[in-house]
Amino acid sequence: MNDAPMIEMRGVSKSFGTLRVLDGIDLTVDRSEVVCLIGPSGSGKSTLLRCINFLESYDTGEVRVEGRLVGYVEGNGRRRMPDRALREIRRGIGMVFQHFNLWPHMTALGNVAEPLIRVRGLAAAEAGLRARAMLGRVGLADKEGEYPARLSGGQQQRVAIARSLAMEPRLMLFDEPTSALDPELVGEVLQVMRDLATEGMTMMVVTHEMGFAANVADRIAFLDRGRIIAYGPPRHVLHESTEPRLRQFLQTYHERNNF
Amino acid sequence: MDFALYLRYGPALASGFAVTLLCWFGGAALGLALGFVVALLQRLSFAPLRWLTRTYIEVVRGTPFLVQLFVLYDGGPSFGLRLDATSSGILALGIYGSAYFAEIFRAGFNAVPPGQVEAAASLGMAPFTILRRIRLPVMLVAIVPALTNMLIILSKETVVLSIITVPELMYQMQTMAAETFAAFETILAMAILYWIMVELVARAGRVVERRVTAFMTGAA
Repeated sequence: MNDAPMIEMRGVSKSFGTLRVLDGIDLTVDRSEVVCLIGPSGSGKSTLLRCINFLESYDTGEVRVEGRLVGYVEGNGRRRMPDRALREIRRGIGMVFQHFNLWPHMTALGNVAEPLIRVRGLAAAEAGLRARAMLGRVGLADKEGEYPARLSGGQQQRVAIARSLAMEPRLMLFDEPTSALDPELVGEVLQVMRDLATEGMTMMVVTHEMGFAANVADRIAFLDRGRIIAYGPPRHVLHESTEPRLRQFLQTYHERNNF
Repeated sequence: MDFALYLRYGPALASGFAVTLLCWFGGAALGLALGFVVALLQRLSFAPLRWLTRTYIEVVRGTPFLVQLFVLYDGGPSFGLRLDATSSGILALGIYGSAYFAEIFRAGFNAVPPGQVEAAASLGMAPFTILRRIRLPVMLVAIVPALTNMLIILSKETVVLSIITVPELMYQMQTMAAETFAAFETILAMAILYWIMVELVARAGRVVERRVTAFMTGAA
């Protein structure tokens, strides 16, 4: 087994035109660690996350997953890696999106089985069995025949998590997984994620759920204007840091949640 | 009204109708295939190909079908293309339709939510698999009405082929009218036959539309 860290980012920067979205990100995530990214909107959290599986390209620096350079050919400047190699890296990284992104023309079961058939090359029957087991794991065994349009947001997100987990990823990326949900549906998704963390899954989570970050994360990174300006265990970041922008961010958060 | 006329000309009309269907199916199939390829080429990042396909679409859309037909059938031999009337007709219909189909497919590609494609890519799906399993089925929902519409238009454009002597329905009707001077009977029969054909397409389109959108209401 590879003893490189799960994720290693060194000096990662990215600009959209003149806007510097990521500005020299250094971040290491070890196996079984849960890291939450918090920060104001537009701070670059999602972009950072999306660089890890190269849904977003980065301009300078390096992103490595299990030691393997993501998106570019090793030692060859900025030459893009072949699509086949990128797909192989992506297979080991699950991603969950804010808007679920289930395929609307497939049932819950179909959504989970599809990548098993098309990417892992499983036979339909075997993929179906595994997909069924995964839906059971996220508490949706009775919904396998439903199309996404008939599922609640929370159920759709759990199907999306099952779809990723079925591929047996070694790393899971969550991009604001509960931000599009009605408040009463947030809990069911967070519970699935909490279970996953307990089982030792390496996770990187962009979130506004401070409670989740405080209780589940091993490390929290606070981003502002494309930089990580606070990083450490939850207690440190949420209570001990004196970084003014972080204090202000938490202050706003508390005010919004006090009523 | 002389209904006996229809009996006498029945075989001719039936064969005309068959040729009309042949031209229409052939032209539509060719147009769909060609249009899809053009729409795909337009999505490539290679700029010259994009300009080329754009120009193709603009030229085909910007000229009358009759002119295209003449260019192909009468002008064809001067650039080495020697086709009989029916083949020319089918090819011309295919080219004419392809420009419109390409635009429909382009709109369809744009209608696929990018997130659904990203989800597939993040799972390691290959581009062609994503096209076949995600993009195409998702876009189909958006474009079935437009496709049905274009198929109807093509079915009626087949009448133009009579001008280059394709023995389709219109041609047979004209023959009948010329031989019998029964103008009204001819026009009536023609209107009814074309209307039946279009109505069948429209109905088929609605059935397909219901089938492909069934999942949105969970009725599938």
